[in-house]
Amino acid sequence: MELRGEGSGGVGRAGKARRGRSREAGGQAARALLGIEREGRARARRRRLTASPQIESSAMNKRKLKESSGTDGECISQVQKMLRERLCHHRAMGKLFGIDQQYKHLLELLKQTTVCGESNSALIIGPRGSGKTALLNRVLKDLREMKQVKENLLEVHLNGLLQTNDKVALKEITRQLHLENVVGDKVFGSFAENLAFLLEALRKGNRTSSCPVLFVLDEFDLFVHHKNQTLLYNLFDISQSAQTPVTVIGLTCRQDILELLEKRVKSRFSHRRIYLMNSFAFKQYIRIFKEQLSLPAEFPDKAFAQKWNSNIQLLTEDKTVQDILQNLFHYSKDLRSLNFLLMLAVSNVTVRHPLITASDLQEASKQYRMDSKANIVHGLSVLEICLIIAMKHLNDVYEGEPFNFQMVYNEFQKFIQRKAHCMYNFEKPVVMKAFEHLLQLELVKPIERPSAYPNCPTDVKQWAASSLSWL
Amino acid sequence: MRVLHRPVRHGDRHRPSSARRQTHSPDFREERRQLPLPLPPSAIFFSGSVSLPVSFPDSNMAAPPSYLLPPSPPCARARRRGRDCRSKNCSFMCFCFSSGIMDTRQQSKIIYSWYGKPTNSDRKLRTLQYKGILIKSERSRKERCIQLGDFVLVEGENADQPFVAQLLDLYEDGAEQKHAVVQWFSHISEIPKNKQKLLKRRISSQEVFFDKVSGYDTDIAVETIIDSVLVIPLRLKDELPTRLKKEKIFCVKQSWDGKCFKALSPHTFSKLNEANRKEDGIPNSFNSFVPSDIISSAKKETKKAGSSATKTKNVEMEIESKHSASKSSLSKKRHSLRVANGIKNPTARKKLELNSPTRSPKSKLLEQEDIWALLDDDCDSQLLKPTAIKRKVKFTEVLSSPPKITCANDKLKSVFGTAEDQEVLSGTLRLSPYRKLEDSNEKVRSLNMEVDAIVLTGHKELGSQSPAVTPRSRRTCTQETSTRIAEQISLLNMLESKEEEDFLSSSDGSYSSSSEEEDSDVSCTPEKKTKPSRMFSTPKSSRKPSVHTPAKTPKKTPLPGTPRTPRNATPEIPRRSHAAQKPTSVLEEARLRLHVSAVPESLPCREEEFQDIYNFVESKLIDGTGGCMYISGVPGTGKTATVHEVIRCLQRATEDDDLPSFQFIEINGMKLTDPHQAYVQILELLTGQKVTATHAAVLLANLFCTPGPKRKTTVLVVDELDLLWTRKQNVMYNLFDWPTQKHSKLIILAIANTMDLPERIMMNRVSSRLGLTRMSFQPYTYKQLQQIISSRLNSVKAFEEDAIQLVSRKVAALSGDARRCLDICRRAAEICEFSSQKSTDEIVRMTHITQAIDEMFSSPYIQAIRNASLHEQIFFKAILAEFRRVGVEEATVQQVYRQHIALCRMEGMQSPTVSDILAICARLGACRLLLLESSSKYLHMRVRLNISQDDVMYALKDD
Repeated sequence: MELRGEGSGGVGRAGKARRGRSREAGGQAARALLGIEREGRARARRRRLTASPQIESSAMNKRKLKESSGTDGECISQVQKMLRERLCHHRAMGKLFGIDQQYKHLLELLKQTTVCGESNSALIIGPRGSGKTALLNRVLKDLREMKQVKENLLEVHLNGLLQTNDKVALKEITRQLHLENVVGDKVFGSFAENLAFLLEALRKGNRTSSCPVLFVLDEFDLFVHHKNQTLLYNLFDISQSAQTPVTVIGLTCRQDILELLEKRVKSRFSHRRIYLMNSFAFKQYIRIFKEQLSLPAEFPDKAFAQKWNSNIQLLTEDKTVQDILQNLFHYSKDLRSLNFLLMLAVSNVTVRHPLITASDLQEASKQYRMDSKANIVHGLSVLEICLIIAMKHLNDVYEGEPFNFQMVYNEFQKFIQRKAHCMYNFEKPVVMKAFEHLLQLELVKPIERPSAYPNCPTDVKQWAASSLSWL
Repeated sequence: MRVLHRPVRHGDRHRPSSARRQTHSPDFREERRQLPLPLPPSAIFFSGSVSLPVSFPDSNMAAPPSYLLPPSPPCARARRRGRDCRSKNCSFMCFCFSSGIMDTRQQSKIIYSWYGKPTNSDRKLRTLQYKGILIKSERSRKERCIQLGDFVLVEGENADQPFVAQLLDLYEDGAEQKHAVVQWFSHISEIPKNKQKLLKRRISSQEVFFDKVSGYDTDIAVETIIDSVLVIPLRLKDELPTRLKKEKIFCVKQSWDGKCFKALSPHTFSKLNEANRKEDGIPNSFNSFVPSDIISSAKKETKKAGSSATKTKNVEMEIESKHSASKSSLSKKRHSLRVANGIKNPTARKKLELNSPTRSPKSKLLEQEDIWALLDDDCDSQLLKPTAIKRKVKFTEVLSSPPKITCANDKLKSVFGTAEDQEVLSGTLRLSPYRKLEDSNEKVRSLNMEVDAIVLTGHKELGSQSPAVTPRSRRTCTQETSTRIAEQISLLNMLESKEEEDFLSSSDGSYSSSSEEEDSDVSCTPEKKTKPSRMFSTPKSSRKPSVHTPAKTPKKTPLPGTPRTPRNATPEIPRRSHAAQKPTSVLEEARLRLHVSAVPESLPCREEEFQDIYNFVESKLIDGTGGCMYISGVPGTGKTATVHEVIRCLQRATEDDDLPSFQFIEINGMKLTDPHQAYVQILELLTGQKVTATHAAVLLANLFCTPGPKRKTTVLVVDELDLLWTRKQNVMYNLFDWPTQKHSKLIILAIANTMDLPERIMMNRVSSRLGLTRMSFQPYTYKQLQQIISSRLNSVKAFEEDAIQLVSRKVAALSGDARRCLDICRRAAEICEFSSQKSTDEIVRMTHITQAIDEMFSSPYIQAIRNASLHEQIFFKAILAEFRRVGVEEATVQQVYRQHIALCRMEGMQSPTVSDILAICARLGACRLLLLESSSKYLHMRVRLNISQDDVMYALKDD
């Protein structure tokens, strides 16, 4: 909804013509509004109710734990701990789903580097939450377990969000390669010296005798914006020349990453791309859901584990659960959102309520997919709701044209006068305050002031508007 | 003499002295160009002096490092300059060119001026020849005179490694540039490694080789002369006396003509010997010929003698003159003859060589060289400063050689006079080796050095003053020693015991002389005469420190780039703990061979380009000139590889002596953080110096633009040239300007991607200097790519023929990038290996290649859309619908949302909330399937597709 910046006599002739209709509509709206309000309150109450038993139960839970059912409580806390770790700690080597191909490819690639000393470069590309970092971490973990590889790999991890320019990146590389002690007392020289130093260091080595270096560039697309792409050029150039064997792995979510590379950099990049696409069907999704919640065989309390697992099995077959999952799956395929949903559900597990139920999941899904703006509207006062309704009418009447406070106030006054008995007539400053509150909540947005320079060229206007947003 | 073994200092602030000295000469040059001289060159009949700003007085190394000293106050400098001017008034003409750019910290100049009158001139070429040059450093206010036939150190590109040469000719050309013609000597480090083996013996760092290599320019700028040294010719079997090992003396045993070493021919040997002897016999020859120069101004001389010289001096003088007269009328005659000869020779030469005026043939000059036998070896570093008693002790410690012998030698020579006599003497003095004699001569000379300098300056400044008046101190010394000469010859076995005492006495003698001089300075107030004497009497204190360091330090650093500071520490990636695995299967082997980094035995398909570049560089190398070549081509067409191959071949050719050797340097625009860093890198690769960019630029300009120091030709490869672009384009300008300089000997191979780079981004003045020697590398055709792959695979049978052809055709059609081609093959080999884990003899077939190509070239967008969630796909549909409705390829989220809800209703699906839609939008935006405005606009955020609508439709159609 928008405000018109100026002018008070907003209700024009056209407005008069439609007044009758709009009045009626306003009345209906108000009624509807009250309905909504009632409903909202009821829902809030319900929410409060649903929240309070949890608190109570957890308090009782503790008491219970102290008293008798220690084993059960222990099981629950263990389940909580285990599942939380699984769902939250992406670094902690969660299982990989549906990316065996990519896993093999990457593992083979890194093996070549470490075992044969071949230089390589590759990009792992996939949307956010598709498990790029998880994949890489998993591969690295598996590699480190190999005897042949363990001492044969130097790792350098860079992140485009941290290493915002090549200078910082070079310093970080030097630090991670433990080369800074070679530099001696001098903390570190200029950028140029750094680069020369590092290139020299890498040039010294050769394929068979030097320890391979793995460069991991997280948020690879941000490195592309560094000046001249010097770092990327040099890393790729080393990977394509007979120097110290290096493997450059870039992680990015941008599909157009190759178009961002400078042509020389692009030519030196091996064009090896590993895509993570969340390319699984719903059946797999259900299976993932099941595996994420199932307790492993090594769970100490076998009986509980069995009970829990059979419950999960039942859940997967449950129609409502499937609906919930289907909904989520349609909305987003990434596993992070699933994990988040499960996380909300799992935190509902208590001693009183030891097993996850479909309603838990439903509640979690409701929480997870709540509409933020609608949520804000639910918490507004009657006056504010009235103002919003007034604005809605204005918006309908003037077909999206901006409006101002006076217009909204007039609209509100009309409603009050008509239904004086049910609504307290607020003074103008109070209405103004409510209006400002709406502004603060960004339910209403002031449009750009009409230009003081009517003939201002469009380019200049765009420039003025875009100075910050395009940084 | 400069300290040669000085460690490289940290940081750019403390630059090596020589580096800084080099800094300024171009400025000086430029200034000279700008300021027309007040007088035409022909008007300079007496002496012209050129002042050069220099950071360190050469001799001051042992003193508190002068960079720690406060800068000499400008007023003092001004005063000094003023004095120069005044001295000009008094019948001398001094032209001072002082550089306008003054280093803020400390500044000192070295003034080069001619010694004596021009001995010969050529009207047409406007050249004036001289027989000596005075080098005066302003800081120490000490002068040295170097004469024809002297051995000198010449500034090299590396400060730590000056060249050794013998002065053959000195002249001033029409542009008033001071030139010197030299005979080079090569140090062992200048001889290519593979040739050093030919010697089959150990070479001491003091040994140099008589250089007969033709490639070097023998005509150098006088300003590059650093100092004089002593070079002793030795028979091949002779050893350098151990005593001399620490001294700044070189010995020459063999000659080097670029291919092999030969023993010195008797002619050269005698000539060198003679040059040395001349040095020993300085006093005599000096006395004998100088008067002939300056006879005209006898009046002044007498006047001066009368006013300044004390009684004792007069006595000495008399003795000396008698002495010299008695020595040998023969040598005198020969000298006068030679003088006459010398006058004739140059003119004839000049007439003959009008087309190349700056170069004078060595052969003739060699003759001249005997004529202008060295008067004095100006080893100022070894100047004994008698006032410093401590020093004296040290000195005697260092040189255990008896000055007595020298004196004796000196005496003997003065008695016998002729060179032959000396040889006889050396024969007789078998007890103490001949070399020792030489050495001690050197010592004495060093003692006398100061005096000699005084003598020479005296000549210069006072003009006609007779040499008999000035060389007081030496005379005293000689006098003292001469009284003992008889006993010394007879009591050679007692030498050791007496040497110290003798030494002391002689040094005392020189001391007294200098104090005398001071006396005279004080006593005789007349301005014109006292000034010069003050000028050379003052630097006593400053000269003092120069004594010990150079004497102890070895003269040349044996290794140019030995790291001494942690800054130079060579970093290294740690070695791997397990050995790299050898390829186990055919496919692995093939994969290794196909890696871009694998260096193939030959570069197929670039034979023509290779030949062109090779011919270009080769011809320039043979001519000893410079030039540029511009090489362009899209990435991955083998530009850099071909150039490297050319360089490898050239290097092989130089090893086989087919070509003169050269220095190869490579810089890469992408490996520089800033275009100006190019200077730093070039200089560092060239000389090992680390300086700031601006300073490096000056040094390089100096290096490439001054005629001078003998240098090999430099081949510079500038990769990724376009990144050296700056707004003023001065980096490019300089790079391409240097090869056009006459003396640069710089060949530049510039590599870039775009063919029209010179026209597109370069200013006219830059592109015109780049010249028209261009070459463009066409993208490879499929046949060439095929050949490249098969040549790399060589005999390894891992690929089907058809498979190779498929790759080649595919890549040739796309880009012609050989890297891509090799990458695809490697990937295909991997896929093949992967798919057939068990059977080992699988070879790469078409299917594997197709799979690899698909992997590399497939557009990710379609896959990404297909794998998107349902709502994301609906969102795409909604976008398409909205675009179609509006007719513009842009819509707000609100509009798309409406469409989305409509679509959901049609599908019977639950419609998403606004938050959901915005989240979807953000996700797709992050993948760059959509282009989004900043999200602060909420529903009014505008959305655009980053892919064509057709692609989206194609992707969505299938399901």
